[in-house]
Amino acid sequence: MEYFVQQLVNGITLGSIYGLIAIGYTMVYGIIGMINFAHGDIFMIGAFVALISFIIFGLTGVALPIILLLVLLIAMLFTACYGWTVEKLAYKPLRGSFRLAPLISALGMSIVLQNYVQVSQGARVKPMQPLFSGGLEFFKNSEFIVTVSFLQIFIVVLTIILMGIFTYLITKTDLGRAQRACEQDRTMTALLGINVDRTISITFIIGSSLASVAGMMFVLYYGVIDFYIGFLAGIKAFTAAVLGGIGSLPGAMLGGLLIGLIETFWAGYVSLEYKDVAAFSVLIVVLIFFPTGFLGKPDIEKV
Amino acid sequence: MEKKDIIQSFKDSLFTGLIALALFGPIVGLRTVSKGEGLFITPQWGVVFLLVGLCILGRFLININSARRTEFKIFSTLSSKFSSVTEDKAKHFAITGILFAVVFPFLPFTDRYFMDVAIMILTYIMLGWGLNIVVGLAGLLDLGYVAFYAVGAYSYALIATTFGWSFWICLPLAGVFAAFFGILLGFPVLRLRGDYLAIVTLGFGEIIRIILINWYEVTNGPDGITGIPRPSFFGLPFKRSPDEGETSFHLFFNLEYSTMHRIIFLYYLILVLALITNYFTLKIRKLPVGRAWEALREDEIACKSLGVNPTNTKLTAFAIGAMFGGFAGSFFATRQAFISPESFTFIESAIIVAIVVLGGMGSQTGVVLASIFLIGITEMFRDLEQYRMIAFGGAMVLIMVFKPKGILANRKPTILMHGDKK
Repeated sequence: MEYFVQQLVNGITLGSIYGLIAIGYTMVYGIIGMINFAHGDIFMIGAFVALISFIIFGLTGVALPIILLLVLLIAMLFTACYGWTVEKLAYKPLRGSFRLAPLISALGMSIVLQNYVQVSQGARVKPMQPLFSGGLEFFKNSEFIVTVSFLQIFIVVLTIILMGIFTYLITKTDLGRAQRACEQDRTMTALLGINVDRTISITFIIGSSLASVAGMMFVLYYGVIDFYIGFLAGIKAFTAAVLGGIGSLPGAMLGGLLIGLIETFWAGYVSLEYKDVAAFSVLIVVLIFFPTGFLGKPDIEKV
Repeated sequence: MEKKDIIQSFKDSLFTGLIALALFGPIVGLRTVSKGEGLFITPQWGVVFLLVGLCILGRFLININSARRTEFKIFSTLSSKFSSVTEDKAKHFAITGILFAVVFPFLPFTDRYFMDVAIMILTYIMLGWGLNIVVGLAGLLDLGYVAFYAVGAYSYALIATTFGWSFWICLPLAGVFAAFFGILLGFPVLRLRGDYLAIVTLGFGEIIRIILINWYEVTNGPDGITGIPRPSFFGLPFKRSPDEGETSFHLFFNLEYSTMHRIIFLYYLILVLALITNYFTLKIRKLPVGRAWEALREDEIACKSLGVNPTNTKLTAFAIGAMFGGFAGSFFATRQAFISPESFTFIESAIIVAIVVLGGMGSQTGVVLASIFLIGITEMFRDLEQYRMIAFGGAMVLIMVFKPKGILANRKPTILMHGDKK
């Protein structure tokens, strides 16, 4: 029982990180209908920017909450620049061409970003000293003490706050309305006087910022990154987005949590080596029964 | 050009420079280096300023150019001419290409290195043609094609090392195994729509790779399988000193022993395998099942109404594509004599899909051109080991941006029908 609770806590933490990345996938898919393969690498770049800023601020000796806030903002800003540029360079010229073209362009961009970071930052893993220590302990009388570290609390709380802001942005503001309109019908939206290009750019900026937050969490949580982390995290987050129903924002969060939990429980109870297999197998099984994911809209084809 | 335009484009270039500074500043400018206990930062501002300067200059030149709009037009008319010429002369082109490929090993400048590159290119051509059946003809996006390549390679390696059977028995078996895996995967997932199928096949590719790494008893884990038997020339091995009671290739034909014999044999082997794949594809396209594939790609609902069973039809495409992947895999295993899960990562799948799409979906000649171009690019950057993959990825983006329909876009973009939003 205690072990179960511990795995649950770990799973939710991991799920928050996947969920934040998954939102970027699902938003881009919703609005321009492409799999943004470079998104995982945007997440990786976010992690690197966060790591670099942590090192710089670590030298100044400012209080931890201020460092966290500053790093968060810096990571979001610089990573958003990457998201914006990638969209302008690789996807915008291909809008309106056939479906596989942006996909290949995205694959190429992903290869470029990965190797660009490898060249500029080096191929070796980057370890970082832990900034957080301590945590809350539960079930102190039993054999297995459940620990919820402050870092885990920070990650989950930050995710909830961001999700709140984000949901407000999408459901209540003009920007969100424009975005949802673009998802439904881009031509009609343009006719109604909404700048579609700008809306798409903003979608990429928001998605990249959220991915950079996930990157910062990843640095803090695992304490070690390299240029290759974007691939696995990216495809798992995409799996999460598909599991929840691609195009659906609550679905992305739900899918992220599910993938995080499945992975942690599988690693805790079955086998550590096959935890990635578990996530993908669950995806295949779920898609057989729910062909558009849990919360995806049923796909009606018109003739 | 007016003065206003110049000022405008200058402002625009400065903005580009600002963005470039934000991009390169942290990642290139602040290099993290591990020293002793922790990480430290080494600034590299010189490189950053160089890159930012290049971006500003490049943007400015493009702006001025686009104000005049001449050079690019020439470029696009040239490339569209090229497409139409190759389409008209497809047959001549193919025959010349095949003739060149046949005499290639005996050309004066051909050395060991050229042969190795040529074999690699041919392997990718074969994989591209195999995947073309799935992606180009049936319109199913498969991002895990490398799984079938891996299944072929491992089944060849395991059968050949365990039972000691010859290449010519193991090759079809490896193909059958790969096709079986294609059906195994295809059966549950082929009713999914395009992008869902893509992610599931990607996941399947990863599952196969993880199993290869962890199933130590059978696959020997990350260490891979060594000592895979080399192919023989219809029973004549390529050995300097053959075993008792055996005749080797050079003794039988009274030749001086040379390691090139085996390389040349491997070259012709993959050439023949690739041409068989091509011939098969060209023929099957004219059969009912091939027609059904292309019809399904165009409009699934219409097909259903006309009594075509979509799942079975897609399944045959998947299985046949997988089978050719398996053949290529067993060739890879016998050429390397060593295989490990390292060789079957997602990037391989990405390269094969890129070859098919860059070539112009469904175009057999396009696959050849794209393979030569992409592998050639990485070979050209061979000395700049670090930068070769950047060049590779960059080339993928550039081709797509300038020729979104692929190098040889002589067929209509058929995915538009239900793929894109209206």
